[in-house]
Amino acid sequence: MTEHNNTSPVLDVADLHIEFDTRHGALKAIDGVSLQIAPGEILGVVGESGAGKSLTGTAITGLLERPGRISGGEIRLEGQRIDNLSQDEMRRLRGRRIGAIFQDPLTSLNPLYTVGRQLIETIRTHLPMSKAQARKRAIELLAEVGLPAPETRIDQYPHQFSGGMRQRVVIALALCADPKLVIADEPTTALDVSVQAQIITMLKRLCRDHGTAVMLVTHDMGVIAEAADRVAVMYAGRLVEVGPVAEVVKSAKHPYTQGLMNSIPTVLHDVDRLEQIEGSMPRLTAIPPGCAFNPRCPHAFSRCRAERPDLMAAGEGAAACWLVEEDAAPASAARATADTLVEHQD
Amino acid sequence: MNMTETMTPTRREAATPSAAPGAGHRAAAPAVEPVFRITNLKRHFDVSPPLLNRLLERKGRQIVKAVDGVDFEIYRGETFSLVGESGCGKSTIAKLVVGLNGTTEGSIEFEGQDIARHSRRDMDAVRHRLQMIFQDPYASLNPRWRVGDIIAEPIRTFGLLDDKAAITRRVRELLEGVGLNAQDSEKYPHEFSGGQRQRISIARALASNPEFIVCDEPTSALDVSVQAQILNLMKELQQQHELTYLFISHDLSVVYHISDRVGVMYLGRLVEVGEKHELFRRPQHPYTRMLLDSIPDLEMTGRARTPVGGEVPSPLDPPSGCAFHPRCPHATARCQQEVPQPIHNVERGFVACHAVEEGRLIATD
Repeated sequence: MTEHNNTSPVLDVADLHIEFDTRHGALKAIDGVSLQIAPGEILGVVGESGAGKSLTGTAITGLLERPGRISGGEIRLEGQRIDNLSQDEMRRLRGRRIGAIFQDPLTSLNPLYTVGRQLIETIRTHLPMSKAQARKRAIELLAEVGLPAPETRIDQYPHQFSGGMRQRVVIALALCADPKLVIADEPTTALDVSVQAQIITMLKRLCRDHGTAVMLVTHDMGVIAEAADRVAVMYAGRLVEVGPVAEVVKSAKHPYTQGLMNSIPTVLHDVDRLEQIEGSMPRLTAIPPGCAFNPRCPHAFSRCRAERPDLMAAGEGAAACWLVEEDAAPASAARATADTLVEHQD
Repeated sequence: MNMTETMTPTRREAATPSAAPGAGHRAAAPAVEPVFRITNLKRHFDVSPPLLNRLLERKGRQIVKAVDGVDFEIYRGETFSLVGESGCGKSTIAKLVVGLNGTTEGSIEFEGQDIARHSRRDMDAVRHRLQMIFQDPYASLNPRWRVGDIIAEPIRTFGLLDDKAAITRRVRELLEGVGLNAQDSEKYPHEFSGGQRQRISIARALASNPEFIVCDEPTSALDVSVQAQILNLMKELQQQHELTYLFISHDLSVVYHISDRVGVMYLGRLVEVGEKHELFRRPQHPYTRMLLDSIPDLEMTGRARTPVGGEVPSPLDPPSGCAFHPRCPHATARCQQEVPQPIHNVERGFVACHAVEEGRLIATD
């Protein structure tokens, strides 16, 4: 949201690099990702499987496991550097200042404990409260996430809840210490559309009310369009485009984002054939030189194959594409089409 | 279109309103015999606890009515889709239709023969004409088999070709037909991405020259850009091979794109069936309206969907009368008691709703 722009960001990721050590050398999974999230803002992170969206979230929550490691860059939470904290310090931070919501609500709850016990334990780990106080807060939280009859449901086990209700409990767990940042990794993917709408609406309201910054990782553009304030698009471990949601959805600057948006079927009009991006995302072992998207890009020219573009200002956002720079350059005609650019370059 | 006329429970004349060009171009041809006619199809599962528990805890038998009295037809060359939330019985129907599950009651007529009553041997004779594509391309391909063997399996099992060279030729042809390389037959499934695996599944389904393919959520495990590739491929193959599809999905945008006609399921019953433009532009049943309202809308960024309260009730203990009544804004006492019967007020479709029948609920554009 624009009103948050002047305040300092809750999350500041600068030039993050993540590598996996393998027998054949280090694989770069995340290659220079920078992003900020302001208080009360929802940043949507989209991309295909393997683009590095979840990995970025994992690194921020400090849950990155060997052989993966952060090989460069900084992660700051409210100005404090958190990527170099010890496991113990990170554990105190997680749950207290960073909340996490994962895709599958069944596996993120312990089936052997009642929902109340899990909530109370989490609250008491992070906040100085007596059992009775914690129980009261747990009931309040369950009511806040829209669980009917929280006073009785609190003593039930996860299997007694439906998928949507479980996800509400998981969200209550993530919010129980009033964290500043919530990493929500595909929070609605396992849910039905009608329930998905309920969860998104609730998540949005909670974040507005509490001023919580949210990183919403998903591959569902519909969810992003509805929930996010800004969108970051990832491809092969890099950010290719960042911008306000309306701009990214309606007038994407990067050819990959354009292709992605056009490949989504819609009920608004009839098309005989969906637009498709030919080929598939390269494996980490075979990322092409220059722009990683160039072999699939309909507008690629010689520079794209040789030089890697960084994020450049485009409209209200930024895109990592040489076309954007060509468009912005005063010398070249601003209306130059991709085709004429190819001729200029070759 | 006159509302009152539309709502009268009589079959409307053949003139489809054709909301968009090309509406029902294949399906709308009159007097076509359906490939499948499914009548009063039921499948109940016994999920009772063991006998000893039942005695000790004094509990009765528990029956899940996964599919509870469903009627529909599928016409040649069309794509008929079933939509609904998880647990509504769409996948159970898919399995019943291809004979992977036995029926509890009702008939499944395939070209006039009731295959639900077929003996094993009779079923084997039709089985190669019915194929299936599954949701998870990671679980549906045997990881120890080479792709070539996976695709050749139906050819061998049904004895369609017995010359080794001919089988190899056919496998190559199939692989190229789905956009893969002929050389890929030597590889193992793990060497392929999700989208490529789904292409392999499609090649395997096509191997026995089927006329009818059940596609159970074929793209829901895939990324959107890959989904577009697979949906395009399926449409191309349908035209090339004159296939009929039964398509199962919970993604309404995908269903709108691929289908000719759509059936909406709720707790084991079909609540509405209709031509896709008709159903999406002028939904009749309150549940259909609710589902359509919940589609995320890319072009109306920031607009909140109208979230509908409640969730699908447990199929173990479905509500009485119309199963949707606890969530329905138009429910009356009658809805709580009486199961609504289908009203055939649209071409090749129907709606099962008391509010529509009584004229309390009018379809709006």
